[in-house]
Amino acid sequence: MNVIETLVSARPGSALADAMEKRAEILRLSQAAHDAVLLPRDPGGLSHGLRAALAARMSRQNADESLAAHYETLVARAAEPETSHLVIPGATSDDLRTAAIVRHADMLTVSPRDATRADILALRDVGLDDADIVRLSELAAFVSYQVRVIAGMNLIGRRT
Amino acid sequence: MSDVIHSFTTKVPRWQPYVVPVDLETATEEQRAAMQVTPSGKGISTYVLTLAHDPESLAVRSPLFNDIMYGKDGLASGERELGATAASVVNRCIYCAAVHASRFISHTKRADVIDTIFADWVDAELEEHLQAIFTFSAKLSTAPPKATDDDARALGDVGFDELQQLDLVFSSAIFGWANRLMHTLGEAV
Repeated sequence: MNVIETLVSARPGSALADAMEKRAEILRLSQAAHDAVLLPRDPGGLSHGLRAALAARMSRQNADESLAAHYETLVARAAEPETSHLVIPGATSDDLRTAAIVRHADMLTVSPRDATRADILALRDVGLDDADIVRLSELAAFVSYQVRVIAGMNLIGRRT
Repeated sequence: MSDVIHSFTTKVPRWQPYVVPVDLETATEEQRAAMQVTPSGKGISTYVLTLAHDPESLAVRSPLFNDIMYGKDGLASGERELGATAASVVNRCIYCAAVHASRFISHTKRADVIDTIFADWVDAELEEHLQAIFTFSAKLSTAPPKATDDDARALGDVGFDELQQLDLVFSSAIFGWANRLMHTLGEAV
């Protein structure tokens, strides 16, 4: 299943559907990117469950409930009670490491312009290594991309 | 230590990571493949070495980025660069804005457009067809995205077909991605 194609309402035969067909390779790579950040073979210090919960939360922070619903299916599949509640923006964790991850994910999603070196140091302070810091950044960056592709396509699709 | 650059500029800075990039000498086979290391081993940027910490996503991201920014037909290259620049202004990614504003200028010879954007940011007033691109891309780049039907209609009104509009969506959105790496994992110096 290609998540973007599933969530965009492109009427068959419409100009948007034609355009998406012409950009099939980009849509294929977008789904491959989804799989690489949500379901990586090597998740490092960020479990599949945590990734899915953060992705659902990021979708909500971008007012995309349909995309959040998709990520909720991955949350359910991961069945990881210690992270599944993070799908709701504002929810946090008693675990210091998880709480720092959530705080950074929120900043990446909502106000990346505010990022500074201190944010990276805060992640290291709770034990994230540089690979996990990059993994977390890629997750937020990808979901931010996906949200905007879906939003933009739906704006085009409403008029064709 | 070099000074950190906080203002928009078309003079492309250096990018200095906050994390330690992967060492090419000790990189795994998967990391080398994701970085597309050639036998000479030359030309791997600090940025790519940093992203090699997550080789699975890097391996997909590079071809995706290239298809979106440099793919054939559809939206003109300079117009894709304007979408990239708009996103980078919203997200204050000094490095990305410098690179892609420079490319916009080299495609269009319109340094005046970038002067206006770097002075007035998202309030920049541009001629109609550039305004349609810039406004749509900038509003798609906020969190949550706030681009409207009117913003999309403006693209059609100035003559962009659906394929060109879709290319603009991709080139703006991929900078929602790129800005969140470049601007949060390091800084322009």
